[in-house]
Parts: sequence; structure tokens; C-alpha cells
Amino acid sequence: MTADPPAPLLTVEHLTMRFGGLVAIDDVSFQAADCEITAIIGPNGAGKTTVFNCLTGFYKPTVGRLTLHHPQKGDILLERMEGFRIAQKADVARTFQNIRLFAAMSVLENLVVAQHNALMRASAYTVGGLLGLARYRNAESEAVERARYWLDRVGLTDRADWDAGNLPYGDQRRLEVARAMCTEPVLLCLDEPAAGLNPRESQELNELLLFIRDEHRIGLLLIEHDMNVVMGISDHIVVLDYGRLISDGTPEEVRADPAVIRAYLGEEEDEDLPPEVARDLAQQAGPAEG
Amino acid sequence: MFKEAGLTALVVFGLTFGLVGFKTHDVPGGLTILTRFDQVAMATVLAFVGRIAQVMLREGRAKPVLAAVGPFTLLVLTALLLDAFAAPDTVAPMAWARPFTSPVVNWIVLIIATIMTGRAAWALRHGLAGAADREAAMDRVGAKVQQAARYLGPVLLAVAIILPFLPIADRRLLDIAILVVTYIMLGWGLNIVVGLAGLLDLGYVAFYAVGAYSFALLATNFDLGFWICLPFAGVMAATAGVLLGFPVLRLRGDYLAIVTLGFGEMIRIILLNWYEFTNGPDGISGIPRPSFFGLPFKRSAPEGVETFHGFFDLTYSPLDRIIFLYYVILVLALITNLFTLRIRKLPVGRAWEALREDEIACRSLGINPTNTKLTAFSIGAMFGGFAGSFFATRQGFISPESFTFIESAVILSIVVLGGMGSQIGVVLAAVLLIGLPEFFRELQQYRMLAFGGAMVLIMVWRPAGLLAHRDPTIRLHGGKGVREGPT
Ligand SMILES: Nc1ncnc2c1ncn2[C@@H]1O[C@H](COP(=O)(O)OP(=O)(O)OP(=O)(O)O)[C@@H](O)[C@H]1O
Ligand SMILES: [Mg+2]
Repeated sequence: MTADPPAPLLTVEHLTMRFGGLVAIDDVSFQAADCEITAIIGPNGAGKTTVFNCLTGFYKPTVGRLTLHHPQKGDILLERMEGFRIAQKADVARTFQNIRLFAAMSVLENLVVAQHNALMRASAYTVGGLLGLARYRNAESEAVERARYWLDRVGLTDRADWDAGNLPYGDQRRLEVARAMCTEPVLLCLDEPAAGLNPRESQELNELLLFIRDEHRIGLLLIEHDMNVVMGISDHIVVLDYGRLISDGTPEEVRADPAVIRAYLGEEEDEDLPPEVARDLAQQAGPAEG
Repeated sequence: MFKEAGLTALVVFGLTFGLVGFKTHDVPGGLTILTRFDQVAMATVLAFVGRIAQVMLREGRAKPVLAAVGPFTLLVLTALLLDAFAAPDTVAPMAWARPFTSPVVNWIVLIIATIMTGRAAWALRHGLAGAADREAAMDRVGAKVQQAARYLGPVLLAVAIILPFLPIADRRLLDIAILVVTYIMLGWGLNIVVGLAGLLDLGYVAFYAVGAYSFALLATNFDLGFWICLPFAGVMAATAGVLLGFPVLRLRGDYLAIVTLGFGEMIRIILLNWYEFTNGPDGISGIPRPSFFGLPFKRSAPEGVETFHGFFDLTYSPLDRIIFLYYVILVLALITNLFTLRIRKLPVGRAWEALREDEIACRSLGINPTNTKLTAFSIGAMFGGFAGSFFATRQGFISPESFTFIESAVILSIVVLGGMGSQIGVVLAAVLLIGLPEFFRELQQYRMLAFGGAMVLIMVWRPAGLLAHRDPTIRLHGGKGVREGPT
């Protein structure tokens, strides 16, 4: 493992997740640094989404320790927390591989719901809100301002009053990122945010992610299949294959790692790989494999 | 086409031959069987022709359908009207144009024929409408009504307020109105649970029962008045909501529905069997009537107590009490409505709706699903409890029989039919489902048939409910003139 000069944000140690007899993740350890984009890549079924599910409390890891080095709140052990508390107390936000928006609610409402906990406190757990206290009204307009800020960033301001379910696919992906950001996370986990986007949209997404990293100074974990995205914007790459960690380093190191090339271009496993990825890797790896 | 029509006719023939073809008839000395094969033949022919018309409509040949069904509709209409306004014991003219002997069946035939004529005329003018178009059109209507609700709401409210003083208001109308408003309140209460939070609750009547019994027991044992007991009954029902909700709210969808159904029955069975406490199947009687700030609605009061009419120097009228009850339930229902409208714009309300949309996404945003559901469940239960104590004080007598599963089913139907989450939809559905059947009590068993038929029709035409349009709780770009996206 390469030593990361920036402060670590997340430490994963000996993470193992078993479903019955299936070992989805097998003794994986890595670190993700603050203010960096850490990509998790690997063929289909490698266990990437499962890592996210363990991090965000949807699964309880069979073995392992997940430590979040929260810049303000100190170290937090994520594997001990209930799902929703990780978002609430540890400020870890995520998006989903299959988009999960509140389809029948408006775009703006999606972003306001994301600020639920802050608004709950401001409304004195509903009592103050029912009485129409000024404190809640102010908090709500602040929430709308924050939502507007992110709508501007993802280019959805004009569509703020649409039903989220009526948005085109690319907009839905960006809205999900915006919604996660509205929770003001310190770690943002994105599960294939560029899936199904056209090249222009994908480029815009890259810019958005870099903006989040540089302007909001938070750490990002990124699952991605598109090698252009991965190689273009990540600072650090973790490669999984069949639940095992096979490589961990900078994009250059990973690109040159024979284990990675074998995993992606291995004799029988070709069919796991989208053709454009295969082509890409083959090009980048040079004449090492055919 | 003919094959399809033939098949339909065959099915109708098969069904009616046994059921309609023979009729037992009382004659001195026993029963005889009358045959009514003319009716069977009529049903079969009508089914055959109707099916052909339907298929032709579907294929877009509206002109011949209109030409055939239109005159038929007019003919039947005239014949039925003549019959309806004919003097008793005379045979109205044009009896040959009445297809069946039963007037109700004739009216049903007329309604079907009218719908068909309407569709044919519509198809001629606007071209053929597919199911999707119709859905979109209905959604626009829903949106319009929702917009109109801003004006419709106050108008309905005004009508509701002056209703007791309208000349048409008699004892019967007021009784029906009280019943309808009670169901509107129950519908609004359940709407919080089902419409907003998306928790399918088949045992809502349990909270209605808890409210009713809390009030009845307090009032009869401790001699307390309605207004003192009311908040307490609400609290009891809400507590019951938390107690029942806590273990079951982890379940989703169908599982939750089944468990809540079970809980609803359990409460009823407890009420039935805990004889010492609830008086079992005998129920509780002698529940005090509500008073107007301590002034009872009685012809004469005991020494030292003044009556309502005495205090205000009015002549005694038994209707006063009914009118007062009507206003009590109206106020309770309006409180429920205002509360819901308000809480929908608060973080909890939005969280309820978000939870209905996607629970997993909610968890990823740090929303506590269990607590959020519990608040919805217990607040819904609380309003059920209020309605329950009103029911007890209105009836003066309650027994477990009033709280059967069918009540839950009716309340749920009101919510689903109105369009989940739509407040004005609940009003509409309650009037349709409770008010109309009460008015048409004369139709006896056909009442329930119409109830079922209406349900089926609406579910076929508009599975999302009559007014399923949802307005955002907050907007970035003001009210109007903004594209809402493709609907
Ligand atoms: N809840 C579960 N129960 C049983 N098996 C599971 C569960 N979740 C994931 N798995 C298994 O774990 C393995 C890893 O799945 P995971 O979804 O993490 O892969 P992935 O790397 O995200 O793949 P993809 O690129 O297709 O999204 C798969 O074999 C999957 O079938
Ligand atoms: Mg995945």
C-alpha cells in the first residue's frame, strides 16, 4: 500500500462480507484520503457495491473495521452504527447504482428532504413548525437556498418544480448527486454515477466531481466502469476482483499493474468486460497483452 | 368481431339462464316457479349487440355505433322517464321500450348506453382516445380540480357551514351529513398513514374503537364530559398506535397490511371478551351527549342546570342537538384537514412522503424510518380516536359490532378511491361511497351492487384514484406559468 501524504478520511481494515457461502468481500483493507477522489473499480460482481453497502450501514460486515476520521467529530466506527445514523451522525452520503429518487416529489422537494435532520431541529421536532415560528421559516428558506445552490451547480434550476421522476435520465443522476451533497457530507460515495450518460454528460459529471473535491474539500469514493472517467479524475484507485483487493495505488501504478491487466483481460473473463473498457485498457497497458 | 360478441352473449346466457330465467313465486299452497325466458333472451341479445358496438368503437368506427346506440338511448330514456312519472297503478305508455321488468336494471342499461353514446360522439369529434390519452386527460382534470380546490374548498366549506339552515335540511339529511363528515374525518386521518406515509393500514378501525371506548368508559365511570374526554381519547388512540406500530412497522407493503388487519381484529376481540371492563358484546350504553359549554340539549334539565334552549331563550327543538353534533364533527374534521395540510409542508410531512417513495433512499439521507413511520401511524391513530369518541357520544351506545373489518375497508376505499394523499378527493369519495348509498336506501340490495360496481369502474379507469394529482409542497419558481414537465 502506498503511503498517502494527505490526511486519511476513511480506513477500511480486513473488511469481509459473506452471504451464506458466498464471499462477496474477502479481507479488503485500504484507505481513502480527505479531499481526494478514490475510485473503486473491478469487473462485475467484484463486490464494489457491497463495500458501499457496508460503509453506509445497509449491510453489517461479517468481519472488519471501518473507521471514518471525521475532520470535526474525530474517529467514528461505522460498522457499529445503524444505517440511517451513518448519514445522520457520521456525515457519509451516497448515491445508488439504480437511481433512487423520490420520483413523485419535485426536484426541489428531493433536495429539501435531504436536509431533514437540520430542519427537524429547527422546527423543534414539528412543534415549532406547526406553530409557525420564525426560526423554522428561516431554516426552511436557508434549506431552499442550499438547494438552489446545488441546482445551479447541476444545471437543474429551471426544472426545480418538475417531478423528479419526469426528469431525463442524465438529470436524475445529477440530481441524486446534488441530493447527497445537500446533506453536507464529509465523505460522498458515488455508485456508478456516469452509467448511462452520453460523453458530454459524462464530461460535465467529471467537472462536477472535481468541483466538489476542490471547492467543498471533501473526500469522494467513486465506483465507475468508464475508464476515461476513472483515469481522468481519480487521485487514487482501488481494484477489486472476486471480492479481493488486487491493486491499490495511483492511476499510473494501477494501470501498469499486471494483476489488474490479468483481472480485466484474463483468458476467460473477457466477457465480463464492456468492449470499450477492454479496448481502453489494452491501449493503456501497451503491448503487454493482446 | 361476431365471434367475440357471440362468446359474450353465450356467457351472459349461461349466467342469466339459471339466475334470471327462473323465479320462485309465492302462491297459496306453496311455491311455484315462474319462467322468465323473455328476460334471458333480452339480456343475451343486448349483450351481443353491445359487444359488437364496443368492438366497433375500439376499431374506430364510431358513426354506425352512434347511429344505432344514440336512438336506443333516447328511446329507453323516454320510456323510463314516462314510467317514473306515471301515476301509480297505471301502465305508462311505451312499455315495449323498457327492456327489462326491473326498473333498476333498466336504469343500468340506460347508463351503459349513455356512456357508449358519449364515447362514440367523443370519438367522432376528437378521434380515438387510447388508454394513455385518457389517463393523461384524467390527470389534467385532476390537476384542474386540484387548482379549483382552492376555490372549491371554500365553497364546499361554506355549503357545509350553512347546511343545517338550508330549507332542505331535515333530520334525515343532517343524519346523513353527520355520517358523511365522520367518514371524511376518518378518511383524512387514514390519509396521513396511507396516502402520505404509504403504510397500508387495514386495521384503522382499531383506533376508532380505542377512541370510542376510551371516551365511553371514562364518561360512564367517572362522569366526565365529552370535551374533557376528547383529548384523552385521542392520546389513548395515539398510544395504541405507537404500541401496535412499534413491532410491525419494520414490515412493508402486503405484510404490514396483513399484520394491521390482524391487530384490528385483535382489538375488536379483546373488546368482545373482556367482559368486566368493556361489557363485552352487550356494549356500553348511557354515554352522555355533548353539551354546549355545559348547557345540555334537553327538553328539561334537573334542578340547578339550565338547558340550551332555556339559556338562549329559544323554543325547544330536538333538531338543535343534531345540528350541534353536526358542527362538532365538522370542526373536528376541519382540524384534521388543516393539521394535515400544515404538516405536509413540514419536515416530518415531507419525510413521510419521501418514505412512501423510497425507504432506502431515506435511510441514506439520515432519516430514521422507524420513528418517522411511528409518528405517521400515531397521528393518524389520534384522529381516528377523536372520530371514535364523537361516534360514541353521537350514538350514546357502542358495542364491538360497530368496529368490524368492513369499517376499515370502507375507510380505506374512501382514501384509495379519492386518490391517495388528496384531501378533496377524500371528500368526493366519502360523498360518493357513504352519502349516495344512504340516500338510495330504497334501492335496497342494489345499493351494494352499485357500490361494488362503482369501485370496479373507478379502479379500471383510474387506478390511482379520482384525484391523484399531487402539488409540490414548496416551489422555487412561484405558482403558475412554469412548465411542470411532461405529465
Ligand atoms: N444481499 C445479497 N445477498 C446475496 N448475495 C449478494 C448480496 N449482495 C451482493 N451479493 C453478491 O455479492 C457479489 C458482489 O456484488 P456487488 O453488487 O457488490 O458487485 P459489484 O462489484 O457492485 O458489481 P456491478 O459492477 O455489477 O455493480 C455478487 O456475487 C452478488 O451476487
Ligand atoms: Mg455494483
